[in-house]
Order: sequence, then structure tokens, then C-alpha cells
Amino acid sequence: MAKVFIYPTTSLILSDMVSRFGHEPLGAAIGIRERIQTPGIESPPLQVTPEEPKKGLRYAAVEVPSGVRGRMAVVGPLIDQAQAAIIVNDADLAFGCMGCSRTNELVKYLVRKRGIPVLELTYPRTEEEGVTFVSSIKNFLKSLGEEKP
Amino acid sequence: MSEYLPAYQGSVTKYVFVESTRFTAGDLALKALEVAEGVMIKETCFGFQVTGTKEEVDRVIEKVRAMDPNHIFVKDRGFPPGDPRRCRANLGGARPGFHGHEFELTLIRNISKGLERVEKAEEKGEKIVLPEKAEQKKLDARRLKQLADVEGP
Repeated sequence: MAKVFIYPTTSLILSDMVSRFGHEPLGAAIGIRERIQTPGIESPPLQVTPEEPKKGLRYAAVEVPSGVRGRMAVVGPLIDQAQAAIIVNDADLAFGCMGCSRTNELVKYLVRKRGIPVLELTYPRTEEEGVTFVSSIKNFLKSLGEEKP
Repeated sequence: MSEYLPAYQGSVTKYVFVESTRFTAGDLALKALEVAEGVMIKETCFGFQVTGTKEEVDRVIEKVRAMDPNHIFVKDRGFPPGDPRRCRANLGGARPGFHGHEFELTLIRNISKGLERVEKAEEKGEKIVLPEKAEQKKLDARRLKQLADVEGP
């Protein structure tokens, strides 16, 4: 079972596909759950403490807005532990309260820079594209299973 | 600064979505309650949320998914159900994250179709031919200069 980073990190479709085909999806929920389930000092709403932007310095420079560093403190460690990644490139939903454009660019850059197997796709708008989408993901995840049993 | 103690420490929460012509979200939640054995189930408009230990949650999902595997979808959730920081009963308006799910649910029928076709092809021993990716050509330097000149003052 490989740990597969998904982008958009809140994607229902990708999270389902990865777990359905026997691997572990690494999405925002995993990072958030870690924080929500850990006792400590109250820091609502996401339990992202003032320490987090400091951790984010590992991924983004100090001049970068603290929002990017805060988000990277959640997403960055997931990228570090990923053994593969699936990226959907036309995901408008990744922009907004979930993540700013600069964070999204940085996330994609860091994933590509890590040198892990990456599958890049676009959302399926037709049934035919749906077949291609599912088949591509299945083949990709199957090849991971062969490499890392 | 006050101390923070999680409400359901060590638990896992997952969303279960249904996009089926055979079942409603209510049917799905009812089935989940039948097999819950004490695991927390919360019915929602799109399916239900299940909270418990990882093993318990996986067991419930496995049994529910067996009803219609290609039309039932599962996703991790960071917050437990009813958490005042996320629950719209306290906040008003749509729950954060709802719009993402709403968008993806409009495409999910294509995914269901894909899962069905892939399953059928595997049963028959056929292989689905993926369309070849169009080669991405690098932008010619002259063309880049032309574009820059057009954009210039």
C-alpha cells in the first residue's frame, strides 16, 4: 500500500479512487484531523497554532504571506511522506477558502520536485472522459503496487 | 489561552456519498445504522458520516459499499460530526467544504460510468485503450517575443 498525495487536497473523487484501489490517500483531512485530535492549547478554528507558520518556513521563505506558510505547515508534511501523487489540474475548487493560488502553485511545484511518480489529469466532463479518468488512475495505482508491495 | 481537549479523541470520521438511482441517502443511512454496532452514524442530505475507530469505520463502510459499489463514494473528514467550528447549525450558510463536494458531485456520474466500464472490461479480459497525450510543444522564442511586443505599451 502506497501513500498517495492528492491534489486538490479536499477532493472527494481522488480520495475515493485511491482508497478504493487499495492505497492510502493523503489529503487535507488527514492533516486537519491530526491537529483536531491532538490535545493542546485552544487555537480555533483549525487548531493551527502560531507555531505552524514557523514550520511552514521549511517550504516557503519568510517574505511569503503567513497564510501560505500556515497552509504549507498542513500540506507540506503530507507531500514529504507521499510515495506518489495524483494532480487534477483544472480544479477551480482549490482556490478560495481551501487554498490561495500561490499555495497551490507551491504545492504542485514541490510535488513535481520530489521526483515521485505523478499522474496529472483533468476532471472528466463526459462519460468517455470518465472511463479514461478511472482507467488512468487504476493503471497508475496498479503500477505503484507492483513497485512497492 | 485555554486548554484544548478533543471531543472524540483517537476517532476517525468519514463521509459516505451516494449518487445512485437505486438508493437514497436515507436508505444508505438506514443500512449503516443496521450494521453500526455502536459506531456513530449521522445522516446527511448526501449520505452519512461515520465516526469511530478506524477498524469500526472501515467495517461499516465495507458493508454499506457492497450495496452499490460503483455509486457509493467515501472521503476522509478532519472534524467529527456536529463540531461547532464546522457545523452549519452554529455558523449559518453552507458548511465550509460543501461547495467543493457540490462541484465534484456534478461529475461523479462520469466516474460511476468509468468504474462500471473498467469493471466490465476486466471481466471480459479486454483492455481499455487510453488516448495518447498530445505532445506539449515548447513555446518558440520568436513567438514569445511577438506576444511580449503585443502586450507592451
